[in-house]
Amino acid sequence: MKGKCWKFGDHVDTDQIIPARYLNTINAAELAAHCMEDADAGFAKKVKQGDIIVGGDNFGCGSSREHAPLCIKAAGVSCVLANSFARIFFRNAINIGLPILECPEAVAAIKEGDEVEVDLEKGSVKHLGTGKVYNTTPFPKELREIIAAGGLMNYVKTVAAK
Amino acid sequence: MGMTITEKIIAAHCGRERVKPGEFVYANVDIALGNDITAPLAIQEFEAAGLKRVFDPERIALIPDHFTPNKDIKSAQQCQVLRRFAHAHGLKHYYDAGRCGVEHAFLPEQGIVVPGDLVIGADSHTCTYGALGAFATGVGSTDLAAVMATGKVWLRVPSSLKFNYNGAMPKWIGGKDLVLLAIGKIGVDGARYQSMEICGEAIEFLNMDERLALCNMAIEAGAKNGIIAPDQTTVDYEENRAQRPFKKYASDPNAAYTKTYDFDVSNLEPLVALPHLPENVKPVRECKDIRIDQVVIGSCTNGRITDLRTAAQILDGRKVAPSVRLIVIPATQEIYLQAMREGLLEIFVNAEAVVSTPTCGPCLGGHMGILAEGERALSTTNRNFVGRMGHPKSEVYLCNPAVAAASAITGHITHPDEVL
Repeated sequence: MKGKCWKFGDHVDTDQIIPARYLNTINAAELAAHCMEDADAGFAKKVKQGDIIVGGDNFGCGSSREHAPLCIKAAGVSCVLANSFARIFFRNAINIGLPILECPEAVAAIKEGDEVEVDLEKGSVKHLGTGKVYNTTPFPKELREIIAAGGLMNYVKTVAAK
Repeated sequence: MGMTITEKIIAAHCGRERVKPGEFVYANVDIALGNDITAPLAIQEFEAAGLKRVFDPERIALIPDHFTPNKDIKSAQQCQVLRRFAHAHGLKHYYDAGRCGVEHAFLPEQGIVVPGDLVIGADSHTCTYGALGAFATGVGSTDLAAVMATGKVWLRVPSSLKFNYNGAMPKWIGGKDLVLLAIGKIGVDGARYQSMEICGEAIEFLNMDERLALCNMAIEAGAKNGIIAPDQTTVDYEENRAQRPFKKYASDPNAAYTKTYDFDVSNLEPLVALPHLPENVKPVRECKDIRIDQVVIGSCTNGRITDLRTAAQILDGRKVAPSVRLIVIPATQEIYLQAMREGLLEIFVNAEAVVSTPTCGPCLGGHMGILAEGERALSTTNRNFVGRMGHPKSEVYLCNPAVAAASAITGHITHPDEVL
């Protein structure tokens, strides 16, 4: 996947990603219209299909609301890069099939508006401006199985079928 | 090498003698929890996957508490999804408005979660039940859907951090201050992916309400769970409460910890967490000129009877400052009734406070006390993120119930000693 980067700081919490005042629905398109609203009020209008969110430390901290990765995915964001993810956001992203990668070196090198190419299989991020490639450790086998199945519910169905 | 209490509970729930930090396991779940925000999404996933049966109708708790009593039509629709699912699957633990309360106060109070349990909740403050000596952790809606179907959850066994609280607890200090002390020290991701094991002589003297408040905010340090080993206080709390037989686990003396933190609480002052992260912790006396528009006493952190008693003690015979709205929210129906019997509600109303029915309400900017642009709240809740309680340009300060009550009287952040 290839896309333009939107940079955010450390500890972007799920209340900023999707404020609770919009949580009276589970409609992904409605949620996407407010994606990142309390971090960057105009984000949902600016973001284009395939764009990439770049966070700092502990991205997605706070509430367990799966509406957070869901609205990011529904807004057209193809991948989230960060130094680290808060654990429930991490689980939720894996479970719903939102591609994420922890890659501090790439995060440090990326500036707002830069274009990068992400290879999840290899766990690599290529900066298309400089051509530099940043490698990170791919996810453990157990998580790759969930991702390969297309998310946790598909994985559960596969396991249940065995 | 010995095992920690967290490792022992996880091992026991996947049929293993032992587990090691970093391992992936599929663990059996004793209770799975969802609320009116997270469960509708889980139910949608469950049904979209074509699943027909839940793994055990007695092991799933659906608690509509966030936007209830239904604040608008959309919230009402969400609650209806829960209600229909609960009835269709014959769920034992479904409780509608008037019969429940804030989930993390309600489930321990009713003995639905018990010591030694492995609890998965689609709510980040599920870590509260660690106070009972259970392994309890927050997950998302899809995790809940999978657990409802299979009774199992994927977990990476966390490594453990130990927090030792020594010394006698000073006046006006509660579990809230102890956890803010830790979060201030290690930061909002200081325990990320890890377990926070809470122990020490100060903990032995904490009642269960204070322990629940403490473990409630483990997530605010990024932790997977917070946990306190069961003792006599736990056993007494469970008497006439536990709905199932329970098991007491304890860490081995030679268990491994990533790090140990020692705190002496004997001279601790009440603490306040400033916007916009729970790690921005200062002693209350360094915040005393900060004026406030609203005070909230309630939530899954500090809406229990101990909290209401403390607040009432300070508010008794006094009035809330004219510039302040005070909102008091007993966390469950049982707490509400107890507060009524003890005359606490009368004290609050006489002090010119709003007393609300149990709800998460204002804590997450849902309803029952939303902030306008530029307004500032002091709250016994657990998060002070940007826009948490309303307008993105409002502010939330976090504190214990004593500081909240004292500050409601003066109109600015105040040490309880200055009022009482």
